[in-house]
Amino acid sequence: MEYDVVIGLEIHVQLKTRTKMFTAAPYAYGADPNTLIDPVVLGLPGTLPVLNHAAVEACAKLGLLLACEIAEVCKWDRKNYFYPDSPKNYQLTQNEQPLCLGGQVEIELPGTSRNIQGEHRLVKLNRIHLEEDPGKLTHTAFDTTIDFNRAGVPLAEIVTEPDLHSSEEAVAFLNALIHLIHYAGVSDCDMEKGQLRCDANVSLKPAGSKTLGTRTEMKNLNSISNVRAAIEYEIARQTELLDAGESITQETRRWSAENGTSSSLRSKEEAHDYRYFPDPDLMPVRMDRARVAELQAALPERPYDKQRRYQETLDLPFTLTSVLCPDPKLCTFFEEALELHPAPKVIANYIANDLLRELSASAAHGESALSISDCPLTPAHIAELAKLIENGVITKQIAKEVFTTMYQSGNMPAVIVEKEGLQQSDNSDEIEALCREAIAGNAKAVAQFKEGNAKALNALKGPVMKATKGQANPATLDQILRSLIQSEA
Amino acid sequence: MPELYHQTIAQLSAALEAGSLTSVALMQAVIERTEAVEPQVKAFIHRDAEDALQQAHASDERRASGNSLGPLDGIPIGIKDILAVKGQPLRCASKMLDNFVSPYDATVIAQLKAAGAVLWGRLNMDEFAMGSSTENSAYMATANPWDLDRIPGGSSGGSAAAIAAGQAIATIGTDTGGSIRQPAALCGVVGMKPTYGLVSRYGLVAFASSLDQAGPMTRTVEDAALLLQTMLGKDPLDSTSIAMPKVPDFRAELKHRKGPWKLGVPREFFGDGIDPEVKANIEAAIEWYRAQGSEIVDISLPHAHLSVPVYYIVATAEASSNLARFDGVRYGHRSVAVEDALSLFTQSRGEGFGDEVKRRIILGTYVLSSGYYDAYYLRAQKVRTLIRRDFENAFETVDAILSPTSPTPAFKRGERSNDPLAMYLSDIYTIAVNLAGLPALSLPSGFTSNGLPIGLQVIGKAFGEADLFAVAQAYEQAHNFHLVTAEL
Repeated sequence: MEYDVVIGLEIHVQLKTRTKMFTAAPYAYGADPNTLIDPVVLGLPGTLPVLNHAAVEACAKLGLLLACEIAEVCKWDRKNYFYPDSPKNYQLTQNEQPLCLGGQVEIELPGTSRNIQGEHRLVKLNRIHLEEDPGKLTHTAFDTTIDFNRAGVPLAEIVTEPDLHSSEEAVAFLNALIHLIHYAGVSDCDMEKGQLRCDANVSLKPAGSKTLGTRTEMKNLNSISNVRAAIEYEIARQTELLDAGESITQETRRWSAENGTSSSLRSKEEAHDYRYFPDPDLMPVRMDRARVAELQAALPERPYDKQRRYQETLDLPFTLTSVLCPDPKLCTFFEEALELHPAPKVIANYIANDLLRELSASAAHGESALSISDCPLTPAHIAELAKLIENGVITKQIAKEVFTTMYQSGNMPAVIVEKEGLQQSDNSDEIEALCREAIAGNAKAVAQFKEGNAKALNALKGPVMKATKGQANPATLDQILRSLIQSEA
Repeated sequence: MPELYHQTIAQLSAALEAGSLTSVALMQAVIERTEAVEPQVKAFIHRDAEDALQQAHASDERRASGNSLGPLDGIPIGIKDILAVKGQPLRCASKMLDNFVSPYDATVIAQLKAAGAVLWGRLNMDEFAMGSSTENSAYMATANPWDLDRIPGGSSGGSAAAIAAGQAIATIGTDTGGSIRQPAALCGVVGMKPTYGLVSRYGLVAFASSLDQAGPMTRTVEDAALLLQTMLGKDPLDSTSIAMPKVPDFRAELKHRKGPWKLGVPREFFGDGIDPEVKANIEAAIEWYRAQGSEIVDISLPHAHLSVPVYYIVATAEASSNLARFDGVRYGHRSVAVEDALSLFTQSRGEGFGDEVKRRIILGTYVLSSGYYDAYYLRAQKVRTLIRRDFENAFETVDAILSPTSPTPAFKRGERSNDPLAMYLSDIYTIAVNLAGLPALSLPSGFTSNGLPIGLQVIGKAFGEADLFAVAQAYEQAHNFHLVTAEL
């Protein structure tokens, strides 16, 4: 039987604030266990939470970028459940009145090949609310240890509508979301560090049916490939059950990346009764509309809006925009270079290909790939390089060499060209002499060219370029070769 | 003059300032008195005489070098075992926190330290402030100094008894449903609950967050005013604390606010269940105010009779969540021989909490449960709003409200131990005040025929503490019941 797949995602994102959600204790990933704590983090008797307004602002910024409505008033609820990683055995969260309502994320589905742009569509969001992260449990063979460093870190929980229909869409959504979060600048989204975590709700219904099927919730998806694999596994599992005439049990399942399978964590009957109620220690937050308007006005252009603009007004191909647009820093670099010299394609090419290759080469040496912010080059380097090519000062071939030199030295390209004498040569006498040698040395190529094989000319150009170290003006060279061969005849 | 340990902050600070008394001498007198009567009264869960004498010594040195910190400098003040003092046990009279020492100071404690007060001991209470007799302490039952077979009230029973017995000059209590005022009434002292938000709750171990307030317990109204002056203020560590628009000098204001007043008397507070002697005493007090020229206005608080049920929903709901943190994982009692996280939780809590605490956690968990929330918690919050409006309406016409503090004088130990409902009714006149977030004070208004203290409750407008003190002091100065001391 054919089924429609319905998927909803819940994504927890750690917000990059200096201090925690409800106390002045700092947070940094990788610190020694239980060093980033204070009486509030540990839930000592008598302690009280105090709101970190920077977290509210970061979440509002993200919400605006995700086209959410920012609530007039949001407030705090207690979610009560006992777990050793929870210092108070309740989590401060926003159940009734979240900060961000609705919203949507534009996604790009995979094209028919890597170089072909896929279809775009909008995925609806339900809400984004703020809450506090619990501590981290580590289970060993004999014991369980708790690190409360993570406890109290601000989390934005992004909840989609059940508006995704395949693992590919879910992955496309996550990628688009991560790009948006990077644009908002509110989290690094490093899934390995737990900065972004995903739960997936999956259900199946007979194709075309209006009624949703019974859903299961998959927890513990800590990489994009896990999200894809877990959803695919779940679709296959539910399909098999339904095909066999069995029904789906509403339950929470735990995905095991090691085994590539999921298993039941708890059934609906065993689900927690969280006994939500308004937190009496925190005041509701009234969102200042003037501030919301300021945040709205200061929003960056969204990644796919940028992509459309690059493709439509700068005439960049998808192969370049697909590299540039996900990374706001690359785009800024590109746009700054463009301001200095308006050659979009050449500049985009240098950034998307040469520059990124050099940056990732650092990873090949066992270090982590450098980010554009650690790059030894400035937009002015690339702009000047493009200008030198366009003005005929250097050839594209020489430019490759100049690029490598400037990446290593940090010197400006004009300085390198000047110092190393790499200017293109227009000396026709020298080129003509070299062309005569080339013609004399390769009669076969000359014959082929005469027979109408235009490409044969390249075999004659090669030695000349080699002799001039690539500085021969290609147009001059082409012209001289043709006239010499013709005059021979 | 009474013995040093029966004097007031105002008297003692004058003597300290005049150089006729040292803080060390005062502290020694209080320590000697405490040692003499503590076997009978049992007010203290913990005390450290050496530490108190060191604080007193430091105070004397400050004063000698001209750096006195004000009227509280060098005065021994007892602390209810629910407020965190750095380096001291913080047990909340519970086995759950038997081994717990606070690594930080409550804001109120930091304020008292900054004022030079000598922090003296940890005073007994009902476990986690849940009770009206101090019999729910996991450590011992405190006796009423006026009749050792009777309870001192609760939950701040140790704080009230210590003053009545001369074991502290003043104490700090906390009041969630009457826990300062009811024991103050039953022990013949002054007990004051401030407007909700006036005093920081940071470091006050939460029972019911939307109701808890710390407040002064003293011999006189003036002392209460002095103490409150140092305890109030907006605290960046407590989001529910509020800055009074203009903080009055309460003690100075006492001289300027002399009445007469418009005083409301809620007829609902004189009905069934009130002891005839208490009723007669409070009515006489009301008549005194009338005779002094104040206008007595009959008012109605039509929803006040719902206060007890609303309180036992709101307070237990919050408590069930507030007390969830006591799980044996990070601190406090941890059961031995546990097998997993669940048994660690259930066994530690099962062993650590007493019956009344368990009863309230279960009740609170129930009223918040899915399917019951709307019928109980949400409805209780709506009725709470109605109760608050009743008071707002009344305060459109009156300056303060007079009522009994407790329907009965101190009862015998064990008398209500097996009847939680009867115990809950001890707070029938005090609970509505917490639900409305208002300030109120209990002051001694006389004695029953067998010599038990009776308390008059004065309820004020939100942030109307200055008037509240003035109304109360007028009665106090005309009657001087505070000069009568319990014989031990």
